[in-house]
Amino acid sequence: MKLAKALKSLFLIELLRGMRLTGKRLFSPKVTVQYPDEKTPQSHRFRGLHAQRRYANGEERCIACKLCEVVCPALAITIEAEPREDGSRRTTRYEIDLFKCIYCGFCEESCPVDSIVETRHFEFCMENNSERVIDKQRLLEMGDRFEAQIAADRALDRPYR
Amino acid sequence: MIELAYTVTAWMPGWMQAIAIILMKISLLMMPLLLGVAYLTFAERKIIGYMQVRVGPNRVGPRGWLQPIADSLKLMFKEIVIPSSANRFLFLLSPLLAFAPALAAWAVIPFDDHLVIADINAGLLYVLAITSLGVYGIILAGWASNSKYAFLGAIRSGAQMVSYEIAMGFALVGVIMAAGSLNLGQIVQAQATGLGLFSWFWLPLLPLFVIYFISGVAETNRAPFDVAEGESEIVAGFHVDYSGMAFAVFFLAEYANMILIAALASLLFLGGWLSPFDGLPVLGPLFDWVPGIVWMLAKMSFFLLLFLWLRATFPRYRYDQIMRLGWKVFIPLTLVWIMVTGVLVVGEVGPWFGHGEG
Amino acid sequence: MGIEKFLFYFFAAILLVAATLVITVRNPVRAALSLVLAFFASAALWMLLEAEFLALVLVLVYVGAVMVLFLFVVMMIDIDLAQVKEGFSRMLPAGIAVAVGLVVVMAVVVGPEHFGLEGFGEVPRHGADYNNTRELGMALFTTFVYPFELAALILLVAIVAAIALTLRRRPGTRHQNPAEQVAVNAAERVRVVKMAAEPRDDAPVPTAEPGESKEEPR
Repeated sequence: MKLAKALKSLFLIELLRGMRLTGKRLFSPKVTVQYPDEKTPQSHRFRGLHAQRRYANGEERCIACKLCEVVCPALAITIEAEPREDGSRRTTRYEIDLFKCIYCGFCEESCPVDSIVETRHFEFCMENNSERVIDKQRLLEMGDRFEAQIAADRALDRPYR
Repeated sequence: MIELAYTVTAWMPGWMQAIAIILMKISLLMMPLLLGVAYLTFAERKIIGYMQVRVGPNRVGPRGWLQPIADSLKLMFKEIVIPSSANRFLFLLSPLLAFAPALAAWAVIPFDDHLVIADINAGLLYVLAITSLGVYGIILAGWASNSKYAFLGAIRSGAQMVSYEIAMGFALVGVIMAAGSLNLGQIVQAQATGLGLFSWFWLPLLPLFVIYFISGVAETNRAPFDVAEGESEIVAGFHVDYSGMAFAVFFLAEYANMILIAALASLLFLGGWLSPFDGLPVLGPLFDWVPGIVWMLAKMSFFLLLFLWLRATFPRYRYDQIMRLGWKVFIPLTLVWIMVTGVLVVGEVGPWFGHGEG
Repeated sequence: MGIEKFLFYFFAAILLVAATLVITVRNPVRAALSLVLAFFASAALWMLLEAEFLALVLVLVYVGAVMVLFLFVVMMIDIDLAQVKEGFSRMLPAGIAVAVGLVVVMAVVVGPEHFGLEGFGEVPRHGADYNNTRELGMALFTTFVYPFELAALILLVAIVAAIALTLRRRPGTRHQNPAEQVAVNAAERVRVVKMAAEPRDDAPVPTAEPGESKEEPR
């Protein structure tokens, strides 16, 4: 037994078997996704960059209940609010620090009016440090831009909520 | 080729002509070598990528072919940071100390019959002596950086290279005994006994061949013996603090050494520029037109592929296991096989040892 | 001045400067490196004497191995130069006396009377095909075979002694045996046991919550 083992190690049997494996892989089809040209399929529950939605009549959904600010585990959301001229409760400031955010999606779940959502958009970048904090205007712009997809994804996920 | 060089330089005085011819030969060797080094890095990334079921670099130029150019441009324009507590002189000297031997050893490597810069009769010994100097660059880099990681890498590499040089030297002793010469050209000629690839030394000296190549991998600090770099333990070993061109020179030295080991292995054990079908009935005449340098380069490419293959396959050895392998396995094995070779040479066994003595 | 003479003086000058640096330079690592340079220059000088085997072996053994170990030691120890220099001026006269004495002795013993050029005459020049290695081997294994074998035996004894000195088992130390560690394989270390799955006694019974849709996701 011991002799067999010594012979096995002397003739590098196991090493050669390892090399045979990698040698075979040299010719096997590659699994790399050529990212900017090809993309992996995305779930409709994907949690990417945030957006704020509007109702169909153009009114913003957010009612400044601050539930998302409370539930946020990373303390990434900052909200200030006061009544608008028409008496309705609205935010005057709604900011998300993207460097603090952990993209957990709790804000979305906590929102009673489905205002704050996470879109499927994930290819965003910034060149200045200050741009990491996105304000209400940017959030609403994101919402306007992706509203069709956001609505479709929410409809798709409705049965499981 | 050489006549052309002489006619072009005919107007010079004799000594100047000699120097000009030598410089021409050197640049003729260096240009392809450095290009080879650049594209070896590309081949390494591609082949290892393929073995790991990835595609490797493919963005710069068509299918990534300009990647090494981009890399070298990047390294050239990077700042060379010198740590404030480093020994400035040695810090800048050590990359050169690593690089110079890696290039100097090429002077005696023949690529074809008499296609060599300096055909000296102790060629193999010269290569061994010159490559043993490469360790200074690494040790001094580690010490001069004044950093713990760099120093650890330097110590590991120094001990490893000194240890494996012994096994490598013994493996070469076997070849010298079999060929009866220290001249690389004559060693190759001694393998031309007309049996094609079976007349080369890899067959009678198989254990020495394997040990030589593994020791060569250890000598060049390549995976799985790359504890001197050990990026997962000591960051990057001796060249932690190097950047820009200073780092690139270390890199060039490592790859030039790899190619050198590949060239030596093909010269000593695989018959250098000899055709593998030399003297065989049908195939021999069929491949007669292929120039020797093609066979030489093909054999070198095979060994370089083996370098990359090993790196893609095996995890890094632990330091004490490397030492055990070198001292307690390789050295006894080579000693035993030197004895066997002695018996074979004296008994003039087989086609390999039947002639060429005296 | 022929090219050979120029090379001789060139390397001789390097040798002398490097040898002086070995004893004058403050940094011990630089001193060791100067010694390397000195070895290298003397190897070049031997090369000029057509002793290429000895020259290459000098580089291989002394520069490639011995000085590497020297450098190791020098790098690891932190030499306090002030302490080393203590009493330098007090010892200087004695040191100078010893140095002068040595120079005198060497001048007498290896001076021109004994080792001058007249005593030896012209060194024979050989063609390019002259093989110093072969000549050296011939001399070592014929004329000087007994001294050679004796030296080899003494070295062997030294190797055995050095290994024997370090080969001791200290009790109470924990150490690994790399040979055993390398020899194991997965089958000896892990035993995979197949077992049938058993239900837990206190497992909660899964119930469908009311109002939850069980529609399959698309």
